[in-house]
Amino acid sequence: MANTSTLGPIAPAMTRPTGTAFPALLKDAALFALVTLGLSIPVVAYRTDLGQGTGLELTARWGLVASLCLAVFVLRLAQRLILGEVSRRRDARIRARADASAVAAPKALRPGRALGSLTLAVALTLPALAALGSGGLSEGRYWIDLGILILTYVMLGWGLNIVVGLAGLLDLGYVAFYAVGAYSYALLSTVFGLSFWICLPLAGLFAAAFGILLGFPVLRLRGDYLAIVTLAFGEIIRLVLINWVDFSGGSAGISSIPRASFFGIPFTKGEGGFADLFGLSFSPMHRVIFLYYLILVLALITNVVTLRMRRLPLGRAWEALREDEIACRSLGIDTTITKLTAFALGAMFAGFAGSFFAVRQGFVSPESFNFLESAIILAIVVLGGMGSQIGVVIAAIVMVGAPELLRNLGFLKAVFGQGFDPSEYRLLLFGLAMVAMMVWRPRGLISERHPSVRLSEAKR
Amino acid sequence: MSLALPPDAPAAAGLADPVLIVDHLTMRFGGLTAVGDVSFQVGRGNITALIGPNGAGKTTVFNCITGFYKPTEGMIRLRRADGETHLLERLPGHDVNRVARVARTFQNIRLFPQMTVLENLLVAMHKPLMRASGFSLAGILGLPHYRREEEAAIARAAAWIARIGLTHRADEPAGDLPYGDQRRLEIARAMCTDPVLLCLDEPAAGLNPRESADLNTLLRLIRDEFGTSVLLIEHDMSVVMQISDRIVVLDYGRKIADGTPDQIRADTRVIAAYLGVDDEEVAAVEAEVGLTGTEASGVSA
Repeated sequence: MANTSTLGPIAPAMTRPTGTAFPALLKDAALFALVTLGLSIPVVAYRTDLGQGTGLELTARWGLVASLCLAVFVLRLAQRLILGEVSRRRDARIRARADASAVAAPKALRPGRALGSLTLAVALTLPALAALGSGGLSEGRYWIDLGILILTYVMLGWGLNIVVGLAGLLDLGYVAFYAVGAYSYALLSTVFGLSFWICLPLAGLFAAAFGILLGFPVLRLRGDYLAIVTLAFGEIIRLVLINWVDFSGGSAGISSIPRASFFGIPFTKGEGGFADLFGLSFSPMHRVIFLYYLILVLALITNVVTLRMRRLPLGRAWEALREDEIACRSLGIDTTITKLTAFALGAMFAGFAGSFFAVRQGFVSPESFNFLESAIILAIVVLGGMGSQIGVVIAAIVMVGAPELLRNLGFLKAVFGQGFDPSEYRLLLFGLAMVAMMVWRPRGLISERHPSVRLSEAKR
Repeated sequence: MSLALPPDAPAAAGLADPVLIVDHLTMRFGGLTAVGDVSFQVGRGNITALIGPNGAGKTTVFNCITGFYKPTEGMIRLRRADGETHLLERLPGHDVNRVARVARTFQNIRLFPQMTVLENLLVAMHKPLMRASGFSLAGILGLPHYRREEEAAIARAAAWIARIGLTHRADEPAGDLPYGDQRRLEIARAMCTDPVLLCLDEPAAGLNPRESADLNTLLRLIRDEFGTSVLLIEHDMSVVMQISDRIVVLDYGRKIADGTPDQIRADTRVIAAYLGVDDEEVAAVEAEVGLTGTEASGVSA
């Protein structure tokens, strides 16, 4: 490879004199403090006062010396930190001017990660927080229920993110797969008496199968056409569920679906129940908390699988497909199969979420799966920033949590009169939020894309 | 347009063992014949240039070879070194690259603009990585086999990134690169599919002279160190004449010449059709149709 160096410009050796490591700063400040100590021992440490009589008296002032050293230490540290930051900013400006395109993203990554861990911590401890905040498990039920609702939408958003955010296939009928999952569990459990833990994977499989079934004829379409066909598919599923009364019970739906059990142990009062076996006093909240953690685990599985997929060749092919389908074809990627896998995987997670929905409600009817649901899930993905996982979480909290917040704004009644119901303005505010987003953040709340792999990290 | 051609210009060394054989290729769009009965060969380990004026049908020939069009008539054969032959016109679009290992670039660059330079190259290694990841099943579980394969792929991509001089921008979105870098990156991406034949559609378009020279070096490297045969469409004669082993000239969808750069340079039909017509020749033709010399010079100016 003798002539490689002539091929292109070699990286200009711009080593930035910035970002000195924190331990080095500490060492530097400690050195300053040490010098202060050395200087202050002869000068400050002892004061001579006129004593009684003729002699001088020494007064030790070690406290003052210590505070001087500490002050020097802190000031020096602050100086280095502030100056370092200033020079880094200046360097960044110069660099940005030098090549405007080379705005590195790693700094933006850290707040995102911190936000993610914070959200995860809150999600993991929500039942405890709710119980502490409202003074008892049963009193905190409202918050846990809201948490379950938000997590369901987070999971659906993450599932749809695979299809829309990664693969770039606009799917307006996502709720159809949610319905397939819900009805799979409802029918399998009521007709065949299968337990939730057998039905859950089956529901996912059925939904994925429907995804493939729909995908085969549809995925040669692109953009708007695909959106229209998926929209129609969503409606078809709903209409079939309404009209095929023998199969699905029609608009009356399916009721008395068996409740979830703790891996076979039912949440019932008395002999053999969850509370009895674990020596707890019975509370209906056990089941709610169990459901909360169930959907949390399901959602996290969706997240982990999506993040893993992004690093795999198939996930990269999805993103490449979103960027340029023709280029994908020229690189030997079978676009049909690749799209189908994205569709099927997205549908599978909707199936899981659907079967969770059925087991939580104990009742399913076609009205739960109308177009508005699809629109809300899609809005969550688009508002969050296509392809961004934490963006979906924030958007789900806003989209699902905000209407709940409206319900609690009782004080508005004092302003607008007794007949005022803030939750009736839900859609109006929703529309306003959408317009505001289009104006200020047209690419979603979190629009940066993090590379799935970095050369600098891979080399180590 | 009925130029009676000699079937083939003198064969160069590489043509004894052609990697690509295009036989009587015809492509019609409705009533328009974009490519009419074109036959040529690409020698193994050669750089072959396909030139011609605008609208001569060069890109159509490319699209037929790389599976984006199904030719109306004719046969396109790809021969591997071991004699294995693929009929490109019969393969589905993506298999032209996946199975027959013919890679291409595009006239208007088609990178994945939001993905980084490194990711662009990793996408090109889709086939081996898919197999290594057990079609994602083993990869999801994070088995060490896939991890090793991915590291090897990244090392290979990094070597290509170094070759095109983009190591310092490897983690930036490809869409942020300057035009010349994007051109080189697209070639590197095509090379990452490990092709037998590399088809480049106007790789020097929009490059400055220095970038053009870099491109020549890169293409020679591809030919000499990787043994990949190259077929390129190009308008930039400094590139074509310097690096081509053979040149095929198209005009109005027909092949009008085929030979070494020196032969092409001297070929009167090519000069007439492509590089322009000599003044004396113009004068001769004009004298034939009865124009006077002064008028003729006025027309030619």
